[in-house]
Amino acid sequence: MSRLLEGVPKRSIVLIVALLAGLLIAPRFANDYLLTILILILYFAYAGQAWNIMMGFAGQLSLGHAIYVGLGGYTAAALYVHYGVGPWIGLLAAIPVAMACGAIIGFLAFRFGVAGVYFAILTIAFAEFARIGFDHLRFVGGSAGFFLPVAQYTTNDLWNLRGKPIMFYYVILALTVAAFLLCHLLLRSRMGYFWLAIREDEEAARALGIDTFRYKMFAVVISAGMTAVAGVFFAFYYNNLFPEQVFHISRSIELILAPIIGGIGTLFGPILGAFVLTGLSEGVTELMHALGFDWPGAKQVFYGICLLIVVMALPDGIWPWVARRLGLERRS
Amino acid sequence: MSALLSISGVSKRFRGLVAVDRASFEVARGDIFAVIGPNGAGKTTLFNMIAGALKPDDGTIAFQGERIDGLRPDEICRRGIARTFQIVRPFPALTVEDNIMVGALLRTSNPAHARATAHDVMRQLDLFDKRARVAKSLTLPDRKRLEVARALATAPQLLLLDEVMAGLRPTETDRIVAILRELNAQGLTILLIEHVMRAVMALATQVLVLHHGAPIALGSPADVVREPAVISSYLGAEAI
Repeated sequence: MSRLLEGVPKRSIVLIVALLAGLLIAPRFANDYLLTILILILYFAYAGQAWNIMMGFAGQLSLGHAIYVGLGGYTAAALYVHYGVGPWIGLLAAIPVAMACGAIIGFLAFRFGVAGVYFAILTIAFAEFARIGFDHLRFVGGSAGFFLPVAQYTTNDLWNLRGKPIMFYYVILALTVAAFLLCHLLLRSRMGYFWLAIREDEEAARALGIDTFRYKMFAVVISAGMTAVAGVFFAFYYNNLFPEQVFHISRSIELILAPIIGGIGTLFGPILGAFVLTGLSEGVTELMHALGFDWPGAKQVFYGICLLIVVMALPDGIWPWVARRLGLERRS
Repeated sequence: MSALLSISGVSKRFRGLVAVDRASFEVARGDIFAVIGPNGAGKTTLFNMIAGALKPDDGTIAFQGERIDGLRPDEICRRGIARTFQIVRPFPALTVEDNIMVGALLRTSNPAHARATAHDVMRQLDLFDKRARVAKSLTLPDRKRLEVARALATAPQLLLLDEVMAGLRPTETDRIVAILRELNAQGLTILLIEHVMRAVMALATQVLVLHHGAPIALGSPADVVREPAVISSYLGAEAI
């Protein structure tokens, strides 16, 4: 516990406690619609945190993170549907599968010096392989989709993740908190410092004795494993998986928007970004509806303009700006 | 007594150009060994081969009696050779303290211990007051000292310095000279590439002069600058 709090400004702790308390009691005041939105926000906050390890910490741009969501989701769903294995045990298979995939991508890229945009293209390519591959994988329904049994649940079965939205809300909240804490600890560990060094200047990092290949591999494997957990959640929450949707590049892009808008490489960035993005998106829908605009595409245009303004005004993301305002600059 | 670093018959060619031509010399423990020579003499190429950034085409490089040529830069650093870059490469978004901690974490996995090492190094290099500044906000002299500090934090036996005085004012140069002297007195062996003769004359115990990739003189600073071959390579043959 002391290690967890070491060097964290008091105001940050107050902020975290207040935010957590608010999220814990939120379902009392939220209707089902709002709860669904909150689940979506936390889902993006969690997945964004996982992606941030690669890009924000180690500086490796992955544009194919949907592959880990998909592999995690499909692995756990297949185990559940075909063998009756519950999602928590399923995680024990889903995480290693995604990690192995991350290790393969990482090995190919880092061993052979594929870096920068070329690395990003490689990650897209793998996600596309997966999309096309799963289209033909009969075992999990192919392109026709893979479905988990759906019923109206009156009770919450946490062990099998079958139940009402409120259960899913608390599950994803717990995952988000866990990811936040894990990233906090990673960032303060030796590995965290080495990642930042690699992100800032890989050659200089190597000159300081850092085995950059090894630490980049750690980043991709940890990030992949964490993202697979999001995939398992996704599968059991939505109860359906379509290769065309799960592995699609737009899904990968969707995952990375929250940390980019919130602030790459920061711990609060993915969370804040998820709130702003999903809030904005839903807010725009509501607003358009209230104003009686029903032009097709108007929402996307407005949403796009809002994002553009944020990115142009705050190129480092919203969180660094908010942190300065709140006097939360890191002291060391 | 075996040398700390021994270079024997090392060559490096870039296509037709012979950048380093069968260079051989030894650096003894406790030396401040300077490599000088006109632009294009192969100093940085030689330096990069010692640091592992380039592989020699011929010859061997041994450190503490073991061959290190062909090893990766990180492996060489772990064996006890730390380097700086001619064009400084601090981690721009990290603070001075974090920059140095990255170096110190090579020898310990505990960030608290690394922080303590970083504090010692920062005090030694006059960076302590600037420890919370991000590296990109530093002036060039500060960045140069940060570059040295980060390398020192890896606890090297041999420190390779690539033109750390270049672009500094004389007072700044004297400051670094004083710091390097002190480090040397504490037992650190230093190999430096330098253009600033004021620093070389003040610091070096041994000077190697390279010309077109080949060593043309080796000795104490006072002897080397009197060598006709050195004068002609620097000033042109007519000057003699």
